[in-house]
Amino acid sequence: MKKALRIVAAILAAGSIIFWAVTGANRGWTKTSVPKTIVDQVTGIEGVSYEKHFVPGVDFLGAALLGAGVLTGASFLFRSGPK
Amino acid sequence: MKTRLITLVLMALTCGVLAAPQTFDFKDPKGINNAGFKLDAPLESINGSASDVSGTVTFDSENPGATTGKIVVATASLMVPNSMQRGHMLSDKWLDAAKFPEISFEAKEFKNVKTDGDNTTADVTGTFTLKGISKELTVPVKLTYMKDKLGDRVPGQKGDLLVIRAGFTINRGDFNINPGQYEDKVSDTIELTLSIAGAAPK
Repeated sequence: MKKALRIVAAILAAGSIIFWAVTGANRGWTKTSVPKTIVDQVTGIEGVSYEKHFVPGVDFLGAALLGAGVLTGASFLFRSGPK
Repeated sequence: MKTRLITLVLMALTCGVLAAPQTFDFKDPKGINNAGFKLDAPLESINGSASDVSGTVTFDSENPGATTGKIVVATASLMVPNSMQRGHMLSDKWLDAAKFPEISFEAKEFKNVKTDGDNTTADVTGTFTLKGISKELTVPVKLTYMKDKLGDRVPGQKGDLLVIRAGFTINRGDFNINPGQYEDKVSDTIELTLSIAGAAPK
């Protein structure tokens, strides 16, 4: 159990860091939609439309690493199996 | 003599009609009209926009300083990239969109009017209403009159366009949006921009 928790924690930590990095390493808050600028060719007005797109931010990364830390901490509550 | 008089009267009437103030409707069928807002915050600034803009403006190309009108933004159309932040923003803790569904600016007086061709800049004094609180503000605006350009934007329609651009700042505390609170998380100052085009079909 101890080993299983630590493996899950490691996967969670590594997975979240990789996911955060490959989705752009957004150092701001998590975005659930992304603004896209649209320009009216006649008037020159710039408008904004939002497209649903999940971009993890540092809050997502922090929560995932916190979860991994909790799992690692919990693993210490279990005794090591017989060697 | 009589014919000449009638001709003169008709010409005067025609010119009068052409020079008459036009009413521009700012409900945008293309959905590009928008009001933007920006608040400084730790980590990153909060940037958003509202797309549900409506209202009418009466504009006379011969006398831009006499422009009047009211622009309304639907509070519920305010968007930010984070859905949780948006929920908080529209809740009764912040803007209370259910109770105060509209944000508006009603122009009353134009000052420092400068016209160069189809472009007019001015300082507009009017009533800005947010979260049910109205305050008089003076806002720098730029008006661009685009004669006979409606058809280019909305195929099949004839008419003129009026583009309004404005940028100004307000303090959220002045409008009872958590005055004096959470200023370490969200700045008191809000930068607002308006980029809208209105149509006057003929």
